[in-house]
Amino acid sequence: MSINLSVKIGKLKLKNPVMVASGTFGYAEEFKDFINLKELGAIVTKTITLNPRQGNLPPRTCETPAGMLNSIGLENPGLELFLKDKLPFLKKLGIPVIISIALEDDPREFVELAKRINKINALSALELNISCPNVAGQKTLISQDPKATYQTVSSVRKITSKTLITKLSPNITCISEIAQAAEAAGSDAVSLINTLSGMSIDLARRKPKLAAITGGLSGPAIRPVALKMVWEAYNKIKIPIIGMGGIIDTLSALEFFIAGATAVSVGTVNFINPKAGVEIISGLKEYLERNKINRIGKLTGNLKI
Amino acid sequence: MVQIKNKIIYNEKFKGNYWHCIFEAPLIAKIAKPGQFVNIKLSDGLKPFLRRPFSIHNISGSKLEILYEVLGEGTKILAGRKKGEYLDIIGPLGNGFDYRRVDKPSGQKTILVAGGIGVAPLLFLSEKIKAKDKIVLIGAKTKKQVLCEKEFKNSGCDVKIATDDGSVGFKGRVTDLLKSILPALDHRLSILYACGPNPMLKALSDITQKNNLPAQVSMEEHMSCGIGACLGCVVKTKNGLERVCKEGPVFNAKHLIW
Repeated sequence: MSINLSVKIGKLKLKNPVMVASGTFGYAEEFKDFINLKELGAIVTKTITLNPRQGNLPPRTCETPAGMLNSIGLENPGLELFLKDKLPFLKKLGIPVIISIALEDDPREFVELAKRINKINALSALELNISCPNVAGQKTLISQDPKATYQTVSSVRKITSKTLITKLSPNITCISEIAQAAEAAGSDAVSLINTLSGMSIDLARRKPKLAAITGGLSGPAIRPVALKMVWEAYNKIKIPIIGMGGIIDTLSALEFFIAGATAVSVGTVNFINPKAGVEIISGLKEYLERNKINRIGKLTGNLKI
Repeated sequence: MVQIKNKIIYNEKFKGNYWHCIFEAPLIAKIAKPGQFVNIKLSDGLKPFLRRPFSIHNISGSKLEILYEVLGEGTKILAGRKKGEYLDIIGPLGNGFDYRRVDKPSGQKTILVAGGIGVAPLLFLSEKIKAKDKIVLIGAKTKKQVLCEKEFKNSGCDVKIATDDGSVGFKGRVTDLLKSILPALDHRLSILYACGPNPMLKALSDITQKNNLPAQVSMEEHMSCGIGACLGCVVKTKNGLERVCKEGPVFNAKHLIW
């Protein structure tokens, strides 16, 4: 039986539905010794801002039960240096490259970023990171407010005809409300979920383990939360959902498809098992063969209640 | 660098709370350099969740050795792993020490300074440096925690010891021991390599810079991926924040900002 793993996200056609999550895969080159990068469905870059950012002071990460906290603070070289130093390697891979972008303080930064990215053919899509919990001074996130989400996504939608993905925060009351705002504003897909806010304490010193005190929780610890949000959003929106949050293997990826995801992103597991993404791709194929399902799309939202 | 499962061929306590583990790891052994590290998945489950980084203590043929202190959850699990089991190892990682200068015919004096478990990467370095004029200063709290004295002697080092309680060797910090031998050294013809706790490395940076003594220190910061992707393990340098796992773990002392 021939198995069709391909999926569509906006204008983007992915040969398989397994991508790597922003911030967990650097700019891909870091992983070239471990896997054949060309096998991945798509690569989402570490988040890029208009200007370079040094990020937060260390310690920036710590381990937690079945997960980890990070507060990197969006360290990145800025758009120009990304295009000059990081993009040439990504371009050669010949698979879709999705640039994750964030703004620092002025909403117009997104418009400026989108305008410049429009001219770059090697970038297939944009993921709006309006849900990073680690930027000092930002007390609320754009994706914590449906109106702000709508306005931000609309402003970029007007500028770009590239595939537009909006990455949402789980640190909210009602995910479907935010997902609907992104959909109404013209987002082609939503990425669910970014990290959950959290903290951890070093008892011996009675100090927070992270210099920034709080950070974003990721890993299998957050998977049930992520799954529930994918399922809730799936019931309310028509655009595709890219599911992520604690996926570490084929079985955990499958849960996301059944909850309503069209594609999945592997994140924190890349730090532990750089081969996880490609292992999941072959694992999904085997699962579909074994269950005589010819197309991954048939699993999406196939939850029996 | 490779990600590969390697067989444990030895994993025993060797002194106090310190353990010695040897893997049959031909691919890593072939390319490893002193000062580099390996990142090891200690269990098949989620506990511990992240890999743990270990300095490469020595390489002999196809064998990779690490030295560790049983302190937290991860090292307790490692101490429970048995000979014959396989662990998933990524390595070798990081830049390693630059010791080309000391092996030039002009010959330089090599000073190794180790604090506690900081002996781990320095033994491999000592084995690799062929120049004869080598001295190691080993610092520990008490006599019971002085590590690898014999191994350093066998690698051709003159060994000096400092203990906090004076139970063996110089009484006081290893950095004070260094200060006491500095007047007799030609600083232009010496180079210092160090590994140990951050306060020790900071003190060494001050001493070596005041004395114009070139120094390379192996740094530690909480690490998640070990391959330069997560940007977690950064330290302050004159070029901004740099990753311990990629630009380091070995830094020129004068490049760091404390």
